[in-house]
Amino acid sequence: MIADIGYFALLIAFVTAIYAAVAAWYGKSKDKMRWVESARNATIIILPLVVLSCALLVTSILRNDFSLEYVWRVSSIEMPTYLKFTSLWGGQAGSLLFWNLLLAIFTAVAMARKWHEQKELMPYALIVISMTQIFFLGLSAFVENPFTRLDVIPPNGNGLNPLLRHPGMIIHPPMLYLGFTGFIIPYTFAIAALMAGKLDDGWIRTTRRWTLVAWLFLSLGLILGGRWAYDVLGWGGYWGWDPVENASFMPWLAGTAFLHSVMIQEKRHMFKMWNMFLIILTYSLVIYGTFIVRSGVISSVHSFARSAIGPLFFAFIAIMFIFSAYWVNRRRDELASTNSLQSLLSREAAFLYNNFLILAILAVVFLFTNYPIVSELFTGEKGFVGPPVYEKALAPLFGLLVLLMGVAPLTMWYRSSVKRLGRAMRWPAIASTITVIVLFILNIRGWGALVGFWAATFATFLTLLEFWKGTRARMKRGESVWAAFSNLMARNRRRYGGYWIHMGVLIMAFGVIGVEVFQQETQLRLEKGGSLTLGRYEMVFNDINRFPGPDDLMITEATMDVYVDGRLVDTITPRTELYTRTGQPMTIPDARSTIAEDFYVLLVNWEPTSANSATFRVFLNPLINWVWGGGIIFVLGTLIAAWPDRKKQSVAARSRRVAIGAAD
Amino acid sequence: MGNREWEVGSEKWQALRVTLYVLVLAVFLGAAIPSVAQDGSEGDDSGLKKAVTANDVNKIAKRVYCPVCESTPLDVCQTQACADWRDIIRQKLEEGASEQEIFDYFSNLYGDRVLAEPPREGFSLLLWLLPLIIVPLGAVFFSRYMRNLKATAVQSVSVPDTAVPDAAASSDYLARIEKELENN
Amino acid sequence: MWVGVFSLIGILGWGLVQTSKTRPEAGQPAPDFTVQFLDGYRWEDRTSATLDDFKGHIVVLNFWASWCVECRVEAKAFEDTWQKYADQGVIFLGVAHVDVEPRSLEYLKEFNISYPNALDYGDRISSDYEITGVPETFIIDPSGQVVYVQLGPIQEATLVQTLEQLLVQGG
Repeated sequence: MIADIGYFALLIAFVTAIYAAVAAWYGKSKDKMRWVESARNATIIILPLVVLSCALLVTSILRNDFSLEYVWRVSSIEMPTYLKFTSLWGGQAGSLLFWNLLLAIFTAVAMARKWHEQKELMPYALIVISMTQIFFLGLSAFVENPFTRLDVIPPNGNGLNPLLRHPGMIIHPPMLYLGFTGFIIPYTFAIAALMAGKLDDGWIRTTRRWTLVAWLFLSLGLILGGRWAYDVLGWGGYWGWDPVENASFMPWLAGTAFLHSVMIQEKRHMFKMWNMFLIILTYSLVIYGTFIVRSGVISSVHSFARSAIGPLFFAFIAIMFIFSAYWVNRRRDELASTNSLQSLLSREAAFLYNNFLILAILAVVFLFTNYPIVSELFTGEKGFVGPPVYEKALAPLFGLLVLLMGVAPLTMWYRSSVKRLGRAMRWPAIASTITVIVLFILNIRGWGALVGFWAATFATFLTLLEFWKGTRARMKRGESVWAAFSNLMARNRRRYGGYWIHMGVLIMAFGVIGVEVFQQETQLRLEKGGSLTLGRYEMVFNDINRFPGPDDLMITEATMDVYVDGRLVDTITPRTELYTRTGQPMTIPDARSTIAEDFYVLLVNWEPTSANSATFRVFLNPLINWVWGGGIIFVLGTLIAAWPDRKKQSVAARSRRVAIGAAD
Repeated sequence: MGNREWEVGSEKWQALRVTLYVLVLAVFLGAAIPSVAQDGSEGDDSGLKKAVTANDVNKIAKRVYCPVCESTPLDVCQTQACADWRDIIRQKLEEGASEQEIFDYFSNLYGDRVLAEPPREGFSLLLWLLPLIIVPLGAVFFSRYMRNLKATAVQSVSVPDTAVPDAAASSDYLARIEKELENN
Repeated sequence: MWVGVFSLIGILGWGLVQTSKTRPEAGQPAPDFTVQFLDGYRWEDRTSATLDDFKGHIVVLNFWASWCVECRVEAKAFEDTWQKYADQGVIFLGVAHVDVEPRSLEYLKEFNISYPNALDYGDRISSDYEITGVPETFIIDPSGQVVYVQLGPIQEATLVQTLEQLLVQGG
């Protein structure tokens, strides 16, 4: 009964989305505003319908209603209640419904809030967003229906996949989905602007904050995903260039390029076409990423077409892409740049270099990710591209990007002079060269790592100098250091939020170089009381115990003492967890964690028959915590840049209106 | 204007461009060559059964992907199939096989798909060459595009002079920021 | 630029269509393959064969692996049925999927399996049959058509029944 209502709500939502698209189109073509308003109301009504549907699915999970296939798949009687809530997105059908929920929220908020601000775009925005909604609601209602019933009601369910029970994995998918669905809004307004022929910066200004917020969530999703891999997957790393990871990294890259290049359009009214292309690309990659993750088309070894979801997705991407391309082409002339580039050494040129590097990285990742499909087409065998290939191809590009990150903020709009740039870079260059020489003396070798460290140090000095120059300029007006600094931030949040983001990325860059180049590892079988040495660390195997955990869990936990230079610094407990019902094992590492490095220990193997010995795998991960610390700074920077500032914005909006009026 | 001599087409600009191309090419080749060089240089034909540690096995297993575990390297995967594969690696190492011989053994049996680095031959050579082609080619097109953009600038409206605080001393810095704020 | 973009979409789309090929179902022709039998296994004194060579015979093609727990469930049923039907011209062929040779041989010894068995070199047969796991069993009629597909372990009764039907039809 409950499930039937849930499904019914989903069906009505689907029909409502169709109605919204048709009504908006009809209203616009016949110039009847009432129809357009009705379409808007329809998109808003979809929200409570999808909420109801989700709530009823969760209710079914809480009531252990195993007559529903989805509930049987992702839940079990013994599962803790909070996991029953999160299993809403723990499986294919449920997460698609959850995706619909987020899309409905964003759509309703965008349509309600921007109604008066962008009235001319609205009918078109309604059509575009309804098309996306029709597709995703249709998938949920007809292809991946979470309310499908089983013929025989099983007594208990399978329970949530153990890999998905980690806190990181509980919030990781919602973050990614928020990022993914968030990017649909700027795309919608971009296409609406194309269709309406209103090609000023209106759509960019309207969706600026949306874009930043979507990007923030996507970044959070990526960072949390890395953390989850590090904490749960037990391989000592955080990023494996897995197709599923790439699926969220690619839209992030395109979004990053877009965030940078819109600044040129806002400032110089250039590259309208280019920005259109970037937002369409981002949207296409969002949908393509969802498709890769859901169909398993690339990662699964053989056939994947057990559900119709794959071809449908691909058809949808193709339709939306052709639709977008058609409108871009129709407005080709109006999109042409009126202003032009004054110098190859200018802020706008720097943004373009950034775009080039990011798109080059994107192209390589895209090529490698899709290589299995292409190779099967030409050789009949599904190929595979492992992390070493990605690292080799991308390292130089990332290096150049880091350099640019430092230099670009020094450039000025229109043109900068080589002399001035050279002067500004001289000391940072000398300082970072000295740093690298010191590192070399400290016995850090490997030209790749040293070049990388030089670039990152150089960019860090330059970025810090930007902060310092701004603060000092304010201090000359008699402000104290702290007041000058905070006023500087407050006066131009977008700029300095951006610099904070750069700082975050640079700190992460140090961490990445540290782990990738200087990671050490060893694996050894230890008797109880035995010890193992890696770097400055010595680890003594004290004890091992097996005991039942919550639910159907069987935990084996080792107790290890960690010594540095002969001094006891920590006691850590790596363990394995066995979910006895499904027989799935998990290796949960534990680490002695410091700012310099992680001493990361995995309990690889232990047989109860030989109770006195066990096999351990130990990693020494230098600078790994810089990756997480940089991630936090990155997120804070994005928050600074995106934080709403109501008063100032309305002033800006007013002055813009004045400006537009004057231009007319 | 300090940057006049750096105008597109000027000698200095040409020199800069050539240098850039060479640099980019060098970086890419540099990234590719050491890995080519290290392949197949691991062999050690002592003939005796060698003592093989778990670390030796992991070193190779890291770069093998067993099809039973999706996108998980062999050294991490916990299935029985992967344990069997690791035993094979150990056995081959004990027999004195080189790293490359072991990779070849696996790719013959199970296809190139099981290697983290596809061989630099046949179709998968394309995989190695394409980034080396696409990115520099993209760079060439991109610089053409930039030059075109720049070329049109000559006929277009000149820059407002106020926006070029060229001899910017640090005290002008704040003015510059405030200026940009106003433009916002 | 658009030409490039669309041809890219085209290649990807085509690739996707190719990738989404499904396993040969009942009524479809069975893809041909070549096998090298494992040490100690032969068919009519040959150490290798193709599916084409088996034309005119009923073929029971079984994908298995030594690491596969469920395969152990059906191993005995296969050997017993083979013993029963070998002289009626039915060919049994075991193909080990993602397996290592010593383990495969141990497994075959453990279950006393005497019908021809082979490793799937390059994983080609498994790819052509688009198997999604082991065990999987395909029963192929004398004309080379798949008549029965079993995902997961097969029941001895089902196997016998299918073979009986085919034998009756055949003659």
